[in-house]
Amino acid sequence: MTPVPTDYYVFLGSALFIIGVVGVLTRRNVLVILMSIELILNAVNINLVAFSQYFRAVDGQVFAIFVITDAAAEAAVGLGLIIALFRNKETVNADEIDLLKW
Amino acid sequence: MNFLNFIWLIPVLPVLGALIQLLFGRKLSNKAVSFVSVGLPGLSFVWAVGCFFQFLGLPEQSHHVFIKDIYSWLPAGAFHLSNGSLGYLDVHVALQLDPLSAVMMLVVTGVGFLIHFYSIGYMAHEGGYYRFFGYMNLFMFSMLTLVLADNYLMMFVGWEGVGLCSYLLIGFYFLRKSAADAGKKAFVVNRIGDAGFLLGMMLIVVTFGSLNFLEVSRAARSGQFEVGNGIVTAICILLFIGATGKSAQIPLYVWLPDAMEGPTPVSALIHAATMVTAGVYMVARSNALFALSPTALHLVAGIGAATALFAATIGLVQNDIKRVLAYSTVSQLGYMFLACGVGKYDAGIFHLMTHAFFKALLFLAAGSVIHALSGEQDLRKMGALRHKIPTTYGTMAVAALAISGIPPLAGFVSKDDILWQAFAGPHGHWGLWAVGWVTAALTAFYMFRLIFMTFWGESRVPHDVEHHIHESPRTMLGPLVCLAALSVIGGFIGWPKALLGGAWFEKFLDPVFEGNLPAPAHGYSQGLEYLLMLLSIVAAAAGIYGAYRLYVQRPELPERAAAAAGPAYQVVLNKYYVDELYDALFVNRSKDLGNGLAAFDLGVVDGGVNGVGWSTRMSAELSRLWDIWVIDGLVNVAAFVVKVLSYPARVIQTGLVQSYAWFITLGVLIFLAYYLIHF
Repeated sequence: MTPVPTDYYVFLGSALFIIGVVGVLTRRNVLVILMSIELILNAVNINLVAFSQYFRAVDGQVFAIFVITDAAAEAAVGLGLIIALFRNKETVNADEIDLLKW
Repeated sequence: MNFLNFIWLIPVLPVLGALIQLLFGRKLSNKAVSFVSVGLPGLSFVWAVGCFFQFLGLPEQSHHVFIKDIYSWLPAGAFHLSNGSLGYLDVHVALQLDPLSAVMMLVVTGVGFLIHFYSIGYMAHEGGYYRFFGYMNLFMFSMLTLVLADNYLMMFVGWEGVGLCSYLLIGFYFLRKSAADAGKKAFVVNRIGDAGFLLGMMLIVVTFGSLNFLEVSRAARSGQFEVGNGIVTAICILLFIGATGKSAQIPLYVWLPDAMEGPTPVSALIHAATMVTAGVYMVARSNALFALSPTALHLVAGIGAATALFAATIGLVQNDIKRVLAYSTVSQLGYMFLACGVGKYDAGIFHLMTHAFFKALLFLAAGSVIHALSGEQDLRKMGALRHKIPTTYGTMAVAALAISGIPPLAGFVSKDDILWQAFAGPHGHWGLWAVGWVTAALTAFYMFRLIFMTFWGESRVPHDVEHHIHESPRTMLGPLVCLAALSVIGGFIGWPKALLGGAWFEKFLDPVFEGNLPAPAHGYSQGLEYLLMLLSIVAAAAGIYGAYRLYVQRPELPERAAAAAGPAYQVVLNKYYVDELYDALFVNRSKDLGNGLAAFDLGVVDGGVNGVGWSTRMSAELSRLWDIWVIDGLVNVAAFVVKVLSYPARVIQTGLVQSYAWFITLGVLIFLAYYLIHF
């Protein structure tokens, strides 16, 4: 069995990253934007693990654990923000939150 | 008592009176004012008499002149005379008493005192009592300075002073426009004459190197200057111009009739007895200079004679009692100048003295008449007063007889002397005599016209005035009687030799007119003198008789004669329209000049000043506009540019987090692209 070439993992990671970025930039629902942010973070994780296996170093995996932890905390805070936002503006549409418009 | 040592008291006492009145007079009672201002001139007269008798008693060598030097006034230093020699001008304040100034001094103080005394009664109910006496005293001071001066400059100071007092006193009732105008006219016309006097004085300085009478006379008689010398002639003519102004001769007599606006004592003192005689005195004083200029003497005699006749014709038809007397004064002054012009100065001075007596009397008596009639001065509203105011009538009639030249009164002696010299003297001419003779007849006529219209005939006095007719108080009648006495006996001191008199007056004045007096009856017989004397008396009698017929016997005749004469009468009544002529030629031209200059001042000068102000305002306006439009404009443009630039800029700020995220991404991509390309 030939090992899976690292490129494939990088492609996968970048594909997920791009999808996540596009989601952050274009989706209307703030919950979906959060989910897209999770996608970005997970894409980064895949990249980290792939290179950890390539360089036979465990640093990448350790860092990935940190990122997962951080993503979880961030999701909690983000949900709290959304709830506070909904309480004030009655909406979860990113388009309608333009109080700082000129 | 050494009067002469304190001769300066004679002018100083009156000026003290003037100072007191003009500083404190307002607070003094009429009695106190009278005491000071009549008492001081009275003391001055007493001192003058004392000086006179002491002077007579002086030893023979100094008999002819006494000088009291007081102060070296203008030690002006050395300078070059017109003939190149060196002169040293040193003008002093000094008093000179010689026969001529003694006569003048006595006339001025004596008649002046009587008039001051009369004024107590006359001015008793007038406002400004203290002011009147203050000015009168100032006048006495100026006149005495004039006659007692020992040089031309000090005489000029007195000359100007009397002119000033004349102005102040003519315009005494200054609230009346005619009075104020008359005062102004007198001063201005006088000033024209003064210009001549000043020029004459300046020429004297550069020709003789001195202004002192004795020094100039000595130089003139020394033979340095030939008879007919041009410069000396010019000096004499210029001095005479000054005399015509002060002594009211043609062409500068026009102020004297208007001067009747002043109170009657002023007319008596200034315009009859004293100030107007200053010109005659000045010519007499300068006799040494005039002796060198026959041209000037002929001018003096000619103008004197012409003025005498001219003024007499005007006086014939005047209806105001004071106007008649004013023209009479001008006429009699003409006689005095006629006398000087034919070289018989002592006759002129003698007539000056006798004229002072009877003319002052005439004016004071006229004042008494006016007082009795509560202010009426028009002869046509008088008549039949001789029984109601007998003393006034009596004294005035005496004066009229005197001025008409009826012997043995004073006027006859003086006037006859002049007429004889005018005919028979070396400078005389029968033409001058003829003019003087006709004038004598006219004088008698108009004088008695005045007497008859005032005191005789039917009463033309308005009813309400008639009730109040009363004789004047004794303070007014006293001087009248004194002057009447003087008019009667005054002639005796100059009684001619031809009538077995001693001619003392002529002898007394001889030293002053050293050798100038022409020998009387040069080549003419004694009989001719008697004939001319008789003719004078006939002329006077004819005048009086004519007046009697026209104004007492047939009073309707004068009006018919006036109507028949028509335009000629109007011309004479209006004084030959001389005032109107002067107005058109000189007065209005001067006013035009004044207006022109005023227009220049308002238009050009004020215009310029206003223009500067306007241009300052305009530049401030421009500044403001610049500030608003340009400066503020620039600032606003900058702001506008910023605003306009902001329009596209603010579109970026959508308020949406997602769009901000887009921009971040865009930025990252650009950086990535940059690095990818370069590495």
